[in-house]
Amino acid sequence: MTERESALSRVAPVAVGLVTIVVIFAIVEALIRIGWINRFIVPLPSAVLAAFGRVIAEENVLWRTAFTGAEALAAGILVAIFGGAIGVLLTRRRVLRLATETWVAALAAAPIVMIYPLLLVTFGRNAVTIVMIGFVAGLPPVILKTVEGLSGTRRVLIDVGRSFKLSATQEFWKIRFPAALPTIFVGLRLGIMFALINIVGVEFLINFGGLGQLVNDLAERYDLPATYAAIFFVVLVSVAFFLVTERVERWLATR
Amino acid sequence: MAGDALTAAPPMRWFANPIARVRIAIVALALIAWEALAASGLVVHDVVPSLGKIASALWRLLSTAPLYANLGTTLYEIGVSLVIGGVAGVAVGLVLGGNRFLGRAFEPYLHYLGPTPKIIFFPIMIMWFGVGGGSKIAMGALSCFFPVALSTAVGMRQIEPVLVRVGQSFRASTAQMVAKIYLPAMRPAMLTGLRLGMGVAIIGVLLAETRLSNRGLGYLVIQRYTNFDMPGMYALLIVVFLLAILANTLLSRFGGASSATTV
Repeated sequence: MTERESALSRVAPVAVGLVTIVVIFAIVEALIRIGWINRFIVPLPSAVLAAFGRVIAEENVLWRTAFTGAEALAAGILVAIFGGAIGVLLTRRRVLRLATETWVAALAAAPIVMIYPLLLVTFGRNAVTIVMIGFVAGLPPVILKTVEGLSGTRRVLIDVGRSFKLSATQEFWKIRFPAALPTIFVGLRLGIMFALINIVGVEFLINFGGLGQLVNDLAERYDLPATYAAIFFVVLVSVAFFLVTERVERWLATR
Repeated sequence: MAGDALTAAPPMRWFANPIARVRIAIVALALIAWEALAASGLVVHDVVPSLGKIASALWRLLSTAPLYANLGTTLYEIGVSLVIGGVAGVAVGLVLGGNRFLGRAFEPYLHYLGPTPKIIFFPIMIMWFGVGGGSKIAMGALSCFFPVALSTAVGMRQIEPVLVRVGQSFRASTAQMVAKIYLPAMRPAMLTGLRLGMGVAIIGVLLAETRLSNRGLGYLVIQRYTNFDMPGMYALLIVVFLLAILANTLLSRFGGASSATTV
């Protein structure tokens, strides 16, 4: 395959994907204009596009993004500290790991976010509740991946450490931890992603905070184009976050 | 064999098993700490109710009809959303996994839309499907669709080419290829997708029920919150968590799936 052909085979699918989306929006626009779709249920895509500017200018979107980001960051730091510490503990104490690992895995699959009314009573309708939801939702993957990373260190690396007569602390910081870092980051990324999903979700549900509340606010005002624009904006923010952390993960894995 | 006989012969009593002992110790410590916190008066009244209160609330909950009626509603919504989201997910996954070009064109969108918070689409779902069960089913189906579609596409690409060639050499029709080759070869990947999909569908339906609803387990939870019936809320959350974990365990057993965090 020539270079030009291979470039074409990379670009063509992307172009087809983008064009299809534009065509779908155009069809929806046409169907609404001829009245086949009720415009009080689905706003015109062009109106949604136009509302983007209004939402950004009038609804403090940057501030809201920063607020949600700060909540996710706080939850992420908590998750890293506690998830990492619990992961190290479970790696060190084998019996503890065997006793609790299935519990942690079960928790990872449970609808943890349903405890939000409980946190609402405990902490009130504020950022603490939202950060705590992010924290509990993000904890299980970090614990599981930390254990997986730390206990999967290649034997030869540990033997090298032994031959240098490293102390247990040195062995952990010089060998086990660096070797486990890519796996731990996979867990951390999953954890922060779960945290972010739950943070935005609970912001929406309890009508407090950043981006989630924005969607709720606009929906309650029945400002349809702006509601759709805000939802698109939230999706864009989460996709951007996902892309960036994915790059970091790949970079860590290939180092 | 002698080795097998040795390990299998004396079934270890639970109290001699160190893992079981650690588990019991953890549970006991947690319960004691909880009871101490409840008795200490350090937290506001009833935010941490005593174990006795929670147990009696659990008994009241399990012995009265409202739980089962609302459980039925929630199970129905989750079931329908799994069928809709699952069938759509498998169909899209088969198309994207089977065609390299279409996969490259559209799979990135699924990949990146998958981990977005679905609940923010709830206002749209309410406008499209009303405030009743329809919008809850839509939330569940929307949540379930992405993991099922992505796992199916990945599973389709991982099918051993030799299996496909065997089908082709028998001149199997497309329907036969799907039924006899693709679906059986993709069973593990699809079950993983379905299990992940079920997890998020449960969350989608329950969360939607906590907003604008008058039925379902999610509604019961938020009703306990409104009435400040904390023991009742704990009892309900225990039931919800146990059911979710049970469903996940059943599906994992069925599919022999691995860790719960495969995304």
